Amino acid sequence: MSAPPEPSSVRRLLGLAGPPFAVAMGVIGIWYFVSEVALSDGQSFLLPPPHAVFQSGVLDGQHLTELLEGLRATLIVTLVGLTISIILGMSVAILMYQFGWFESTFFPYAIVIQATPIIAIVPLIGVWMGFSFNARVLVVIIISIFPIITNTLFGLKSIDRNFINLFELHSVKGPTRLTKLSLPAALPSIFTGFRISAGLAVVGAIVGEFFFKGGEEKGLGRLISRYQLQLQTEQLIAAIVIASMLGVALFLIVGFASDRLTRSWHTSRRETG
Amino acid sequence: MSTALSFNDVGVIFPDGTEAIRGVTFDVATGEFVTVVGPSGCGKSTLLKVASNLVAHTSGQVEVDRASLGYTFQDATLLPWRTVQRNVELLLEFHGVSKTERAAIAQEHIELVGLTGFENHYPKRLSGGMKMRVSLARSLAMKPQVFMFDEPFGALDEITRERLNSELLDLFSTEGFAGLFITHSIQEAVFMSTRILVMSARPGKIVAEFKVPFEYPRRDELRYEPDFARLAGEVSEALRASSGEAGH
Ligand SMILES: Nc1ncnc2c1ncn2[C@@H]1O[C@H](COP(=O)(O)OP(=O)(O)OP(=O)(O)O)[C@@H](O)[C@H]1O
Ligand SMILES: [Mg+2]
Repeated sequence: MSAPPEPSSVRRLLGLAGPPFAVAMGVIGIWYFVSEVALSDGQSFLLPPPHAVFQSGVLDGQHLTELLEGLRATLIVTLVGLTISIILGMSVAILMYQFGWFESTFFPYAIVIQATPIIAIVPLIGVWMGFSFNARVLVVIIISIFPIITNTLFGLKSIDRNFINLFELHSVKGPTRLTKLSLPAALPSIFTGFRISAGLAVVGAIVGEFFFKGGEEKGLGRLISRYQLQLQTEQLIAAIVIASMLGVALFLIVGFASDRLTRSWHTSRRETG
Repeated sequence: MSTALSFNDVGVIFPDGTEAIRGVTFDVATGEFVTVVGPSGCGKSTLLKVASNLVAHTSGQVEVDRASLGYTFQDATLLPWRTVQRNVELLLEFHGVSKTERAAIAQEHIELVGLTGFENHYPKRLSGGMKMRVSLARSLAMKPQVFMFDEPFGALDEITRERLNSELLDLFSTEGFAGLFITHSIQEAVFMSTRILVMSARPGKIVAEFKVPFEYPRRDELRYEPDFARLAGEVSEALRASSGEAGH
């Protein structure tokens, strides 16, 4: 027996969701205009109208199964890669925070990894590791680890000196200080890193699949590549929409988790009400 | 009366060559509440950091039982992700006090500083004065023999500051710690202390000392009595002289 939502919260939701929704309507309107009015009949394969995309990309059972299987494969690669990125990235950041030499030795390489275009590394990974699941996961890690390292490190380095004094006063160091002070204090920054990396991880998974076509797995990236070659524009657009929805969904889930964990105490959040 | 804290000819030169304090000698006995006033940047905070070993002194001797030292900073330094209760438990937790014992001790000290009912609030929902009370409770929970305060009420409005002055003096009487207090406010120094030390500009030395004769408990009206004003005037003059001729 849940209480009905208060009118004010309904209004707030409308206020929040209203403007983006209006933008979506506008985009769909322009889309219709372009595909039905602006393009001649001979060109309409370039941008099929929204209902055609929905019809053959989603309602058509065979394509839907294909897309859902692709989504599942991409999701698994994304989540495995992101999880490893988070564990590895946070560990690296903690080591960099604890040991100055570790930071000065390895931070330049973190920048190198970040600065090298992923597209340039992917073929080499393919040569080394074949088209395996592991190769795709590696692409995801490479693209998503840097924001986790930098944001975690930034959070750890921004801890108020007074807090550190308080802990030093009582000779609290090492793992106890990490769990009782450093990590909770850095949590908002850490989550910022997660949020950026979640989106990047999806990009990495799809880029990997796009290039590693020989493997067994049928990810969204591979479908996108095939639809492109076969000029199946309806399915191509449907696949793009699903890929972007996956990115948005991960972003929202991480945001929600961050909110649940820090809402009660974190001050720099927007206050509602 | 035994000595709770003693500085003998203590000097601090920081690694970058800054000489913060020089030849500082003073004692705080049990039952005393000693306040240090001095110009900004003269090394007052450094005194407390040396006493607590956050900063190493480079000359002289410091004697204090560090295990029974309480220390509140200018800022309340409450961990924002811990509730009032869990913040008050923090130091007990550091020293391995069991969970149930911790809860009981914290409860008792939350009551002592008048925050019963706020146990489950997070610091962001507390006023500046309430945060400072939590900070006091956190230190008091360790039953300090010597309690050091670094401008604890500097950021508060005057009404709140005066109320907390009185409450802190009540705690001083009941809890039996020796106090070492730092402030920029001469009014606060005279109202709180048994003794006032005036420091010179950096490198800080102790250049004047005043005994404060008023009996405890001290009423708020004390602030408006002629003896109080006279002593405050003398301290103020010594402070101005210590800040150097530049001020004249
Ligand atoms: N770690 C440090 N290294 C170098 N110089 C320092 C360090 N800490 C403090 N100082 C300097 O030592 C002097 C004394 O500092 P301290 O914080 O003790 O002053 P204070 O009297 O507490 O000042 P305030 O009234 O502003 O709080 C200042 O000039 C300060 O800049
Ligand atoms: Mg200071």
